[in-house]
Amino acid sequence: MINFVLLISRQGKVRLTKWYSPYSQKERAKVIRELSGVILSRGPKLCKFVEWRGYKVVYRRYASLYFCMCIDSEDNELETLEIIHHFVEILDRYFGSVCELDLIFNFHKAYYILDEILIAGELQESSKKTVARLIAAQDSLVETAKEQADSISNVIAQVTK
Amino acid sequence: MGSQGGWGQSKEFLDLVKSIGEARSKAEEDRIVLSEIETLKRRIADPDVPRRRMKEYIIRLVYVEMLGHDASFGYIHAVKMTHDDSLALKRTGYLAVTLFLNEDHDLIILIVNTIQKDLRSDNYLVVCAALTACCRLINEETIPAVLPQVVELLGHPKEAVRKKAVMALHRFYQRAPGSVSHLLSNFRKRLCDSDPGVMGATLCPLFDLITVDRSPYKDLVMSFVSILKQVAEKRLPKSYEYHQTPAPFIQIKLLKILALLGNGDKQASEQMYTILGDIFRKGESTSNIGNAILYQCICCVSSICPNTKLLEVAAETTSKFLKSDNHNLRYMGIDALGRLIKINPEIAEEHQLAVIDCLEDPDDTLKRKTFELLYKMTKSTNVEVIVDRMIEYMININDHHYKTEIASRCVELAEQYAPSNHWFIQTMNKVFEHAGDLVNVRVAHNLMRLIAEGFGDEDEGADSQLRSSAVDSYLRILGEPKLPSVFLQVICWVLGEYGTMDGKYSASYIIGRLCDVAEAHATDDTVKAYATTAIMKIFSFEIAAGKKLEMLPECQSLIDELSASHSTDLQQRAYELQALLGLDAHVVESVMPLDASCEDIEVDRSLSFLGSFVQQSLEKGARPYIPDNERSGMSHISNFRSQDPHEVSSHGLRFEAYELPKLALPSNTPISLVPPTDLVPVSEPTYARDIQPPPKVATSSDALSADIGVKLRLEGVQKKWGKPTYSSPAASSSSSTSQKTVNGVTHLDGVGTASAQTRDNLYDSRRQHVEVSAEKQKLAASLFGASSSKNEKKASSHKSIKGSTGNVEKSTTVVKTVASSESSKQGTSAPPPPDLLDLGEPAPESKPSIDPFQQLEGLLGPTPVQTTPESSVVAGPKAPDLMALYGDIPITNPSGSSTNPMVTNLYAANKNSQGATNVSTLKKGPNPQDSLEKDAIARQVGVTPSGKNPNLFRDLFG
Repeated sequence: MINFVLLISRQGKVRLTKWYSPYSQKERAKVIRELSGVILSRGPKLCKFVEWRGYKVVYRRYASLYFCMCIDSEDNELETLEIIHHFVEILDRYFGSVCELDLIFNFHKAYYILDEILIAGELQESSKKTVARLIAAQDSLVETAKEQADSISNVIAQVTK
Repeated sequence: MGSQGGWGQSKEFLDLVKSIGEARSKAEEDRIVLSEIETLKRRIADPDVPRRRMKEYIIRLVYVEMLGHDASFGYIHAVKMTHDDSLALKRTGYLAVTLFLNEDHDLIILIVNTIQKDLRSDNYLVVCAALTACCRLINEETIPAVLPQVVELLGHPKEAVRKKAVMALHRFYQRAPGSVSHLLSNFRKRLCDSDPGVMGATLCPLFDLITVDRSPYKDLVMSFVSILKQVAEKRLPKSYEYHQTPAPFIQIKLLKILALLGNGDKQASEQMYTILGDIFRKGESTSNIGNAILYQCICCVSSICPNTKLLEVAAETTSKFLKSDNHNLRYMGIDALGRLIKINPEIAEEHQLAVIDCLEDPDDTLKRKTFELLYKMTKSTNVEVIVDRMIEYMININDHHYKTEIASRCVELAEQYAPSNHWFIQTMNKVFEHAGDLVNVRVAHNLMRLIAEGFGDEDEGADSQLRSSAVDSYLRILGEPKLPSVFLQVICWVLGEYGTMDGKYSASYIIGRLCDVAEAHATDDTVKAYATTAIMKIFSFEIAAGKKLEMLPECQSLIDELSASHSTDLQQRAYELQALLGLDAHVVESVMPLDASCEDIEVDRSLSFLGSFVQQSLEKGARPYIPDNERSGMSHISNFRSQDPHEVSSHGLRFEAYELPKLALPSNTPISLVPPTDLVPVSEPTYARDIQPPPKVATSSDALSADIGVKLRLEGVQKKWGKPTYSSPAASSSSSTSQKTVNGVTHLDGVGTASAQTRDNLYDSRRQHVEVSAEKQKLAASLFGASSSKNEKKASSHKSIKGSTGNVEKSTTVVKTVASSESSKQGTSAPPPPDLLDLGEPAPESKPSIDPFQQLEGLLGPTPVQTTPESSVVAGPKAPDLMALYGDIPITNPSGSSTNPMVTNLYAANKNSQGATNVSTLKKGPNPQDSLEKDAIARQVGVTPSGKNPNLFRDLFG
């Protein structure tokens, strides 16, 4: 099971966090501090795995961004590496060659996508197409809702003028 | 698609993100965030905030919380937002709530009602959002409120909803297994879902269930095997392929499940051999995902009943991993090796140099993994080298958690395989010196007991030699600064008992040192207490021996100080010491007898000496004593916890007033075709840190010595990896003889007897690796070499092959009969017994694959009425092919065909380039237009790409 997902920039800034096991706010801060210290200092040729407090943290670097997932000790590390890549490929497809800025300003969208891939710490969908289709359906509904709201508020604004 | 049209947030928010991005220090960032929190607090409290504005505030709250600050003032607004009618706002609300709240938060009770309503919505996206929230927020108490609806959703026409419902039910099971125990058959049903995504999701709960108890799921082995076969043959839709590998994540999950089902079950294992061989053969060792599958295969092969052919392939794959340049693969290789040596310890010898390379690698992760492997293969012949290495590594690390672990492993190995007591004490001293605060206090007690009892049954001379060497080393160690408290306690105790025993040190010298200890650790009451009692012992030994001992001034001042101590324990010890000094030799001797730590102390547990007193009181009219468990009015408290979870939950909060939650009928339990025979799992013994039994008050000395004997006597030591069921008999006997040679003699001799074999091995490896340094080889020899000679090894492995093939041959006939009976039951043609000895060649396909789902339905009894058109096809007799089922989904789904065709094109292009480079990172063609657009937007926002954040604009894949 995946216990949490962390996205950290090379400067140690947090870009996204998702906790599947209960951690208090204090513990979260501690975990992020500890792990960014360990992971950011590792060389490029070393293992992409870190054993940490009885768990294993698997990470992968894309440009200046580190994607980290914490898994249980009996899980398959190589598989987790590919789950990360699966996530990044879907992000890439959604944003159109994704970069860190996309994730900084659209972190809530990244959360929605993550929610379609992982649920309760397990991989729920391994088909990129299915995920893309669901996200698109959600987006289109949200867009129409937005337009309606805009038009109504416009009408109100005009009436009150 | 997606991000065109800017980022859709207000200028204010973009400014916030930008200023945080440019903050130079954590302090600056904190200041910005704190002022943002103030702004949000003010704004959010305004009752007239427009709803869209509110949505942005909530997203900003999420941002603040993500940066590690407290946004709890806004939680209630996020909760309110989930009530909103608009999907956009509702989703934002749910997202925020799932990120903010843990399952035990008070606000959850306010969301349950919304979730209930949304689960009934006719918009499947709303249902999906609610189900996602369910997985995160619903706790044991609130499960009954949503359970009936979630179960209903398992039959929803949309596959996305079914999938999420399965995952939600899985989550409920993890939270409170009791609350959904009557619904577990639903998972079996969903395994035959027409959508591969739902089927894949169902594997997660099934894996959990099988981990807990595999016996009810033995009948699914054939179905899992058949699904795996179809997946491996690329029968799933193309969209489930990942870098040309067919549905790897589903394959891995299935392999994990098979590993559990085949463990210790010969019949189930035999059903898997063919498919496992196939997957090994198809395994693509050039891509990361291919290796992930291969690794999972090795795990599976090492977990099920061993098959020689498969083990050979597994060993081969492992050696490929180990020889790789990629650190990740070497790490996996070490792990795989650790699994394989449990079955066949000889595999390790072939890879000794690779293992040592990993041990000396600068990569810490790899090193730790290798230590784990060494820990698994420790035996009495190599324990010294391994433990020395571990201690050396332990001294140099700061990681508290790992230090504790490796220290306890050192202790455990030393206790189990120590070649001599002297070595044991030395090792323990080192562990205590460097990680004393981290080891369990029982280890210290065990060490004291060992020193007190020595060899137990052997001669006194050796014992006293052991003790005096311990005293010597402790007096030396006392000079070191900063010793852990537990270690000091051991030192004080040993000095008190045996400090003056051999006459080498004078009593006043020992007392002086003990006073120093007490003085240097003024804040540690326990150490002071140990030191005082030790001083008392020395005094009394001297007095009893009739010697006159001068009171040292520092000792007198210590006593004075302690008699005025705040700790009553220390005070009492000080007064006892003073009182003892005034007594005569005879009395002292009986109060403090020499070397009495091993004497029995009889404890009268029934307190019979109080009998007359009790009798007197009763006669005077006192009330008789009633034991705890017989008191009325107390019983329900002690029984409270034992009520069954179902009942407790019904006493909890009720969310549906005046309506009993409907209990689904206990589903027809599937008939298990395989009789649950010998299911006792052959688990390896676990070595928790607390291996010692708690110290008993009244154990006889015999029992005590036996206890220690178990730890340190070597004749009875079980071979660690040698599971009696799997290891070949020849190997175990050979190693036990080498153990015997070592036992009792010093270890150097043991190496001497084994050196002939070592040389043999050394010579052999030198021929292969001429360039390897002599030092490494020496290490290799000490780690691996001394176990058995080459010839012996060959003979034993040959024997084991013979033995297992014999077994296999025998059991194939069994399978045949079982299979035939099975087939008659099912009415479908059973597969011919797979040719187990011939995995190298493709197994002959004598029949079309049976539809696993059809089989499953057969097992479930009457087929439930399916609502979806696709699933009715499943039940139909004319479409046994999975491909046909899944193939039409994208066509039937209108949204699937309406998605941007560019996407698929792009993906195809990606795939091509992927295939060409064959590396794990996806190489994407540069997209100048895209990045130009982004650049423009970024400039609008005001983020400059130059300076501190040049990488911001590089694509993640770039």
